[in-house]
Amino acid sequence: MPGVPTETSPPLIHARGLTKRFGDFTAVDGIDFDVAPGEAFGFLGPNGAGKTSTMRMIGCVSPRTGGTLDVLGMDPNNDGPAIRARLGVIPQQDTLDTELTVQENLWIYARYFDLSYKVAKERTTELLEFVQLQDRAKAEVEPLSGGMKRRLTIARGLINEPDLLLLDEPTTGLDPQARHLLWDRLYRLKQRGVTLVLTTHYMDEAEQLCDRLVVMDKAKIVAEGSPRELIEQHATKEVLELRFPVGVQETLDGQLDGLADRIEQLPDRMLLYTADGDATVVAVHERGLTPESVLVRRSTLEDVFLRLTGRTLIE
Amino acid sequence: MTTTTARTRIMRSPALRVFEHHLLVYRRTYRGSLFTSFLSPVLFLAAMGLGLGTLVDANNPQGVQGIAYLVFLAPGLLAATAMQTAAFESTYPIMAGMVWMKTFDAMVTTPIEPRNVVFGQLFWAATRLTLVCSVFLLVMFGFGAATFPSALPALPFAVLTGLAFAAPIQAFAATQKNDTVFNAIFRFGITPLFIFSGTFFPIEQLPSFLQPIAWVTPLFHGVALTRGAALGTLEATTTLIHLGVLLAFVVAGVFASFVTFRRRLVR
Repeated sequence: MPGVPTETSPPLIHARGLTKRFGDFTAVDGIDFDVAPGEAFGFLGPNGAGKTSTMRMIGCVSPRTGGTLDVLGMDPNNDGPAIRARLGVIPQQDTLDTELTVQENLWIYARYFDLSYKVAKERTTELLEFVQLQDRAKAEVEPLSGGMKRRLTIARGLINEPDLLLLDEPTTGLDPQARHLLWDRLYRLKQRGVTLVLTTHYMDEAEQLCDRLVVMDKAKIVAEGSPRELIEQHATKEVLELRFPVGVQETLDGQLDGLADRIEQLPDRMLLYTADGDATVVAVHERGLTPESVLVRRSTLEDVFLRLTGRTLIE
Repeated sequence: MTTTTARTRIMRSPALRVFEHHLLVYRRTYRGSLFTSFLSPVLFLAAMGLGLGTLVDANNPQGVQGIAYLVFLAPGLLAATAMQTAAFESTYPIMAGMVWMKTFDAMVTTPIEPRNVVFGQLFWAATRLTLVCSVFLLVMFGFGAATFPSALPALPFAVLTGLAFAAPIQAFAATQKNDTVFNAIFRFGITPLFIFSGTFFPIEQLPSFLQPIAWVTPLFHGVALTRGAALGTLEATTTLIHLGVLLAFVVAGVFASFVTFRRRLVR
């Protein structure tokens, strides 16, 4: 059962009251979480929720202000280098060396982990194949597409065969095709038993990749569970989206009341949370309302987030 | 036994991995870089030493401090070149590592610590300085501006002079968000030192109130050491003072770098 630490498998990451402050600003405010071996664990939240700060503390490049943190059974305050030796880190911003070729980027990174050149070269060949960049081994880094750079960064993060892979917004800024290729590679890693910890503000990414996730908002964890559990707990089975002609939404004035368990008003549309979307559509028409467009869909993590915080993830 | 383990420990030092990164980059750029470090002394010694030197020597039958101007000038230029090389190596590459490419950020996600980056950078600066100054010395021998092999001890002094600049400048560079202030360092720091630290003329020629200022700048001490070593005129006491000042700049720069690199990379 993924996500539930047992006695035989102590958590890879264990955090209690984890806090990070920068001066007066609290980036992470006393959060608790555990990550079990082999699971894919996500931090979902809008920009500025404290996800990156949390990742940097786990990655031992940001000392915590308070609380306890245990990574791979060690304390980042004392054993930073020993922990980092077993981590793979995919930062939000690519930190590739544009003065070196694709393969040289991997070689030197392997050397940072004190691997021999022989092992470095073997793993480079293997990993370039894994991320489908084998044709680009000798190419310059700069002209590569965003998706290719991202894949190269992931290959680089795997060079030390890490026990724990930290991915900060792995697909932000990529086109849909590049994202799907990346998700496929990450899914394969998960199949191999690599523990993944990722942050994202994309609900589809969290749903695709995460066994379990926490929703973060304003430095705190506001909910925790599997994507399905979160949707079941915090949203209805279906959502009815109604768009009205310009200017009409503002004049509705309670005419939709009672049609759904919960109604959210967004700037451009109304969301009606209901068990049966089609039945609700009929009820809307019975009230003599004529929305411009009608969409019935399943609830997603976006709806969970909206429910928990009153805001959308990406604005 | 102890030497083996000590050796293994040094070979496994993460600072060496940072140095290796520079080697890998240099592998692609060394030709142009070596050519520049050869061309620059040739031009300088030809123009200043031979061209200007002929005029100086014609008006000064005793020469400057009793020697031909070219022989006086060349060791000073050697120290000044070390300063310029060091200033360059500890400004723009630091900006690249911290801001432009964030290669240092990538390093510290591995077992490498910020202090390893500091030492790796300095080790690389020392290597570059040794290369540049060796080429400079070779050109000096070619121009007859120094005698082989008695002038060879000038090399380590020139490298030390460079490090006395590299360490504090890289500590400062690590605090910057962009490179705008680097121009000011070169224009108002490096260039005046180049001109007024005894490179082109003895500082006794300066107004007396300016002379104490020359005393607190590392280049003055560096020039004194390289010139003394090249001409074989070093005295024990003054040598120790000059060395002490340069070493103080290196040590202070290293400790300052520990603080500024850590503040930037681990936050």
